[in-house]
Amino acid sequence: MSYDEWFRDDRLPHIYCAGCGNGTVINCTLSAVDQMGWTKDETVFVSGIGCSSRAPGYIVADSLHTTHGRAIAFATGIKMANPDLRVIVFTGDGDLAAIGGNHFIHACRRNIDLTVVCMNNMIYGMTGGQGSPTTPQGALSTTTPYGSAEAAFDLCGLAAAAGANYVARYTSYHVKELIRAVRTGLETPGFSFIEALVQCPTNFGRRNKFRQVMDQIEFFKSHALLVQKADRMREEGKKIPDDMIVIGELARRNRPPLGVRK
Amino acid sequence: MQGNTACAEGALAAGCRFFGGYPITPSTEIAEHMALKLPKTGGVFIQMEDEIAGIAAVIGASWTGARAMTATSGPGFSLMMENLGFAVMTETPCVVVNIQRGGPSTGQPTMAAQGDMLQCRFGSHGDYSVIALSPASVQEMYDLTAEAFNLADRFRIPVFVMADEIIGHMREKLVVPDTVTRDDRIPLQKGNLPFRAGDSLVPGFPAFGKGYGVHVTGLTHDERGYPCATSPSVHEDLVTRLVNKVESARNTIASCDVINPDAQVVFISYGAPSRAVEQVLHDIRRDDVGHLRLKVVWPFAESLLSRFANAETFIVPELNMGQIAREIERHTDRTVIPVPKLGGELHNPSDLARLLEELA
Amino acid sequence: MRTEIRFSGFGGQGIILAAVIVGRAAVMYDNKYAVQTQVYGPEARGGASMSAVIIDDEPVLFPKVTSPDIYVIMSQEGFEKYGVSVSGGAIMLVDSSLVHSRPSCRCIEIPATKEARESLGRDIVANIIMLGALVAATGVVSREAIEKAILDSVPRGTEELNLKAMKKGFELAEKVMHG
Ligand SMILES: Cc1ncc(C[n+]2csc(CCOP(=O)(O)OP(=O)(O)O)c2C)c(N)n1
Ligand code: SF4
Repeated sequence: MSYDEWFRDDRLPHIYCAGCGNGTVINCTLSAVDQMGWTKDETVFVSGIGCSSRAPGYIVADSLHTTHGRAIAFATGIKMANPDLRVIVFTGDGDLAAIGGNHFIHACRRNIDLTVVCMNNMIYGMTGGQGSPTTPQGALSTTTPYGSAEAAFDLCGLAAAAGANYVARYTSYHVKELIRAVRTGLETPGFSFIEALVQCPTNFGRRNKFRQVMDQIEFFKSHALLVQKADRMREEGKKIPDDMIVIGELARRNRPPLGVRK
Repeated sequence: MQGNTACAEGALAAGCRFFGGYPITPSTEIAEHMALKLPKTGGVFIQMEDEIAGIAAVIGASWTGARAMTATSGPGFSLMMENLGFAVMTETPCVVVNIQRGGPSTGQPTMAAQGDMLQCRFGSHGDYSVIALSPASVQEMYDLTAEAFNLADRFRIPVFVMADEIIGHMREKLVVPDTVTRDDRIPLQKGNLPFRAGDSLVPGFPAFGKGYGVHVTGLTHDERGYPCATSPSVHEDLVTRLVNKVESARNTIASCDVINPDAQVVFISYGAPSRAVEQVLHDIRRDDVGHLRLKVVWPFAESLLSRFANAETFIVPELNMGQIAREIERHTDRTVIPVPKLGGELHNPSDLARLLEELA
Repeated sequence: MRTEIRFSGFGGQGIILAAVIVGRAAVMYDNKYAVQTQVYGPEARGGASMSAVIIDDEPVLFPKVTSPDIYVIMSQEGFEKYGVSVSGGAIMLVDSSLVHSRPSCRCIEIPATKEARESLGRDIVANIIMLGALVAATGVVSREAIEKAILDSVPRGTEELNLKAMKKGFELAEKVMHG
């Protein structure tokens, strides 16, 4: 089976805009699932509400498309009630960190055996481009017309601090790395969190000087900073510019997981 | 045994395998008892971070095929509303126990009320229909909770056990039946569309992990389960079916006690106030006074009113400002006298008896 | 016949347990019906606490106590809050070591806390002394039933102490009644 056999062929065309980064993340996730050799009968996809959360609807496995922000809570119920199922959550930055922030940190604390893939487009895509908890300071959105005055969340820092067993960040440019990260997440017992920065040409790019789809992908490429290099810079007392994106594996540990058959 | 403990025991007897919830007075004893018992019966108890997560986890667990429940009271019930609508739309069987306390808001955490009777029926957005049971004794906390799982499975909806602080906290004798009848959800036949229903209007259940590859969404969906949120006819057909699967069965779902069907004056009650009415009828020994005690409040079966052919007046004592009295008024041309009571205490039988004298 | 009993005292005396034990005795061992209720809330954590039990040969319909036939009062505050409104025909057992007021109805004085401390060495069993006295004075449940219900309800290892307390209660009540 290759990853494209995981798609429902009776559900096309999909709703995503041309050039949207979500598709890349779905492909990477399904490639990782496929590499694991998991079957569609044992794998369940869960999501909240948002463009990103539409992903499970395109996949030929059992899937639960839930309410805004609550995907992880629903997934916790599935995993606890049947630990034999492999449960993957797709979420967006608003879904995960705004309305669902509390469920996110508690799931990390419980270290429940889920793999959560967040498509972070730094904006509310589905509702037309409002600011989210990861909208960079100064960035424009329909609710931050003068530039966001608030600091953005470091989603990976949050997951690591709250106790997740595996935490990694890449972007839609880093396809190979992203597949590997999701795969490691799937392999790791306990809570795995993979943040994928994605371009949203329609609602983020257009307002924030990424006129072409490729402009934002180029930005991801040129502003990605490997975590090892970032650490070295910090040791040397060098300042990491605010617009750099630290990528790589940001936490890997072995706290006892919940929801794993003993 | 205490009412709340009996509720948990009834759930366990019905084969409940999952409890997700968040502590709140006066329902907490149910969660505590489940935390004690579920792990020993191969089930799962999890205390979630709030009631939104509690009902979410219950819905998730139910999709694995497990019988699942939560228990709460006013403030937590309010938080659950969005996900309860999700359960309705996705046709997820689950049992939600509400040990009602005085509201609005934090209100009277340790006092009884029946103020959430309309909320359980209409609290989430959109049109829908649900089943709500109302126990009036510790025995019924057990029996009706167990039955709630059967109804939830049969109709694939959330079923509410709408008890109150008095029934939840009082202790009286419980006779544990040798067996509890189980009427489990019917699995979807392979090859059938997951959201296409036959005559029962209830489709078979495609549990996760069984190879159905079902997509479940709270968006308006077609019979395949696929989002289809802009077609007026798909939406109309779906919502009509969700309402009709319950409403068209309301006379078979109905369960009640009928005392003195020839009476001219008839009390209608559910839950704790029924105990005051029963006391009045016991004390006055008049066969021109009747009693309709509802064990199922929603869907409201108006045909029950015509069981009292000679009734001129219905008296409806409730621990709220007349929530079900209003529903009764909708269905009858007889006089309806609501007897609202707020504050947390039960109607006094002597006050109800005096009301009867004033009527005469 | 319906008998309503109200217990009151302060948090920690085992006021609720006392009502539960009487209800249990009636239902499990005397083949009667009973309903036990209590006041929840801050009262349960210090302050005046109240619990009640209704015993009947027929099923108990109305579950709340309206005019108690029997009071068991174990604190002055409990008397003031729940005991002053007695009706003339009621019986009140008071822990005379802690309650100094006396009701207008028939009153049976049991120095339960004093006896618990002095002859049994443990204040904590004062409620069981009161239960023994209640049963000896009123016969609401049988002596065998209360004994079994007490044994069901007390922590393991304290059975003997509690049975002693119960018998002390029988004695104290008999002394008052016949002495
Ligand atoms: C309770 C609730 N509030 C608000 C909404 C409206 N809403 C739908 S999606 C969304 C934000 C989506 O943003 P994000 O999670 O970042 O996902 P994206 O669409 O960007 O992938 C909002 C606010 C909702 N569905 N439910
Ligand atoms: S709005 Fe943005 S996130 Fe949503 S589909 Fe379009 S490009 Fe993708």
